[in-house]
Amino acid sequence: MKHLTWFSATSLALGFAFLYLPMIILVIYSFNASKLVTVWAGFSTRWYGELIQNEAFLDAAWVTIRVAVASSTLATILGTMAAYTLVRAGRFTGRTLFSGMIYAPLVMPEVITGLSLLLLFIGIGLDRGIFTIILAHTTFSMCFVSVVVSARLVAFDRSLEEAAMDLGCAPMEAFRFVTLPIIAPAVISGWLLAFTLSLDDLVIASFTAGPSATTLPIKIWSSIRLGVSPEINALSTILIGIVTVGVISASLISKRGAIRRQNEEQAALRA
Amino acid sequence: MRRALLIIVPYCWLLALFLIPFAIVFKISLSDIAIAIPPYTPTLDFDAGWQGLKNFAKALDFENFLFLTTDALYWKAYLSSLRIALISTLLTLLIGYPIAYGMANAPDHWRPTLIMLVILPFWTSFLIRVYSWMGILSTEGYLNQFLIGIGIISDPLAILNTNTAVYIGIVYTYLPFMILPIYSILERLDGSLLEAAEDLGCSRISAFWLITVPLSRNGIIAGCFLVFIPVIGEFVIPSLLGGSNTLMIGKVLWEEFFNNRDWPVASAVAVILLLILIVPIILFQRNEQRQREAES
Repeated sequence: MKHLTWFSATSLALGFAFLYLPMIILVIYSFNASKLVTVWAGFSTRWYGELIQNEAFLDAAWVTIRVAVASSTLATILGTMAAYTLVRAGRFTGRTLFSGMIYAPLVMPEVITGLSLLLLFIGIGLDRGIFTIILAHTTFSMCFVSVVVSARLVAFDRSLEEAAMDLGCAPMEAFRFVTLPIIAPAVISGWLLAFTLSLDDLVIASFTAGPSATTLPIKIWSSIRLGVSPEINALSTILIGIVTVGVISASLISKRGAIRRQNEEQAALRA
Repeated sequence: MRRALLIIVPYCWLLALFLIPFAIVFKISLSDIAIAIPPYTPTLDFDAGWQGLKNFAKALDFENFLFLTTDALYWKAYLSSLRIALISTLLTLLIGYPIAYGMANAPDHWRPTLIMLVILPFWTSFLIRVYSWMGILSTEGYLNQFLIGIGIISDPLAILNTNTAVYIGIVYTYLPFMILPIYSILERLDGSLLEAAEDLGCSRISAFWLITVPLSRNGIIAGCFLVFIPVIGEFVIPSLLGGSNTLMIGKVLWEEFFNNRDWPVASAVAVILLLILIVPIILFQRNEQRQREAES
């Protein structure tokens, strides 16, 4: 059992205050009645009302959600395949190039990725719109998925798969009934990561969207460039709320799963 | 057969949508701006066959790269991006390390909550996190209201639209990328090493410098790369928090493309940026691979 030293306690308190104060202030001031964002003039939900009636925002939100669902699903499939290749395929020609292409997009500046994809789409004559944003988002988020999934695959005990195949499972069945349930938490968190990356992306979407499709970040961007606005505060609060509920419930679910697994393991040991 | 398919599909996807686009960027960086759709020349004419290819190759030149060296704006922007990235990486390390250390030394049952608290901002929109500082740092913002309220200053500080605001924004948004890799190393650190050092008469502080810091080296390296590399090309933070004298190459590239509509020059800017980044990216990838192999 460890006890917090004063140094650890102070750095944690200051660190988390730094991480959370700006967002807490943003949430509080989203309920400000005044149009002047920084002057408090009493509690009001006025900006939420105006936000709901703003159709441009609603349309952009709908585009964003469609892009995020499609690209994160594609990215999860491709990313899991890539992770399998990285961890299991051993040496093959072009392995270094492959792992380079997996790791490079993780740190590649978005302006470069966005520009290069746009020039590709123009070069092959693809009309820009929702479809091109989906392709772009899939490409960079599959790399994040494959890093998350391969971390789990590395820790995975291969003898379980071999045992299933010794007992007569076809390789595909062994994957479906043994490997997939074990790596499922990583696959799910990979999907969630890809989903949020897509929801969040401004730069790559701006390059690849074209005039016909506007995502929520593009919409937010064009309005905050001129300064703080109460409507954006309200919108931010809604987004922060969704993420908070999502992350907390995901961590509760995985905690319950861990406890259940622990109980099962103990029961198995007793038996 | 199935194994081959497993490799080929993601491989081809990345070749087509990651590698080939870079080749196109390179090609367009050698072209000239034109008033046309698409706005550059030459375009490859497949119908003209071999002669078309020759004409095409003849029209390509390094003019845009020469232009980048003649206009001071560009190399100043590259240097200033490198400086901002370097300083903010160090600041993030200085702030992130104590937090990671505190998390690793917290009671075990706190840890899942602490990890969640670090990850939560990371899931929240990047744009919104940067935006939240605009209200804090502006002249009539919350920070100035607070400081004037408690009587530390009498005139508001001008922080928004300066490089200081850019540093604050970068440290704030990239902090989780620094904390998590360092924490994951510190968490597995063998506590008996520190006990042994203390038994042998090492003070706590020198044990920290002689044992904890060297053993967390891989986490520090990973964290620094994860901050340094993307920050060099950062666009959102300097545009929202920086001022007119904040020069960053990501912003220059964006403006060259969207405002000046000069695609060839924007491509040349991207090619040079990529050349600058290629060394740190390869080092980062090596570090990751080494760590993965050490774990397996």
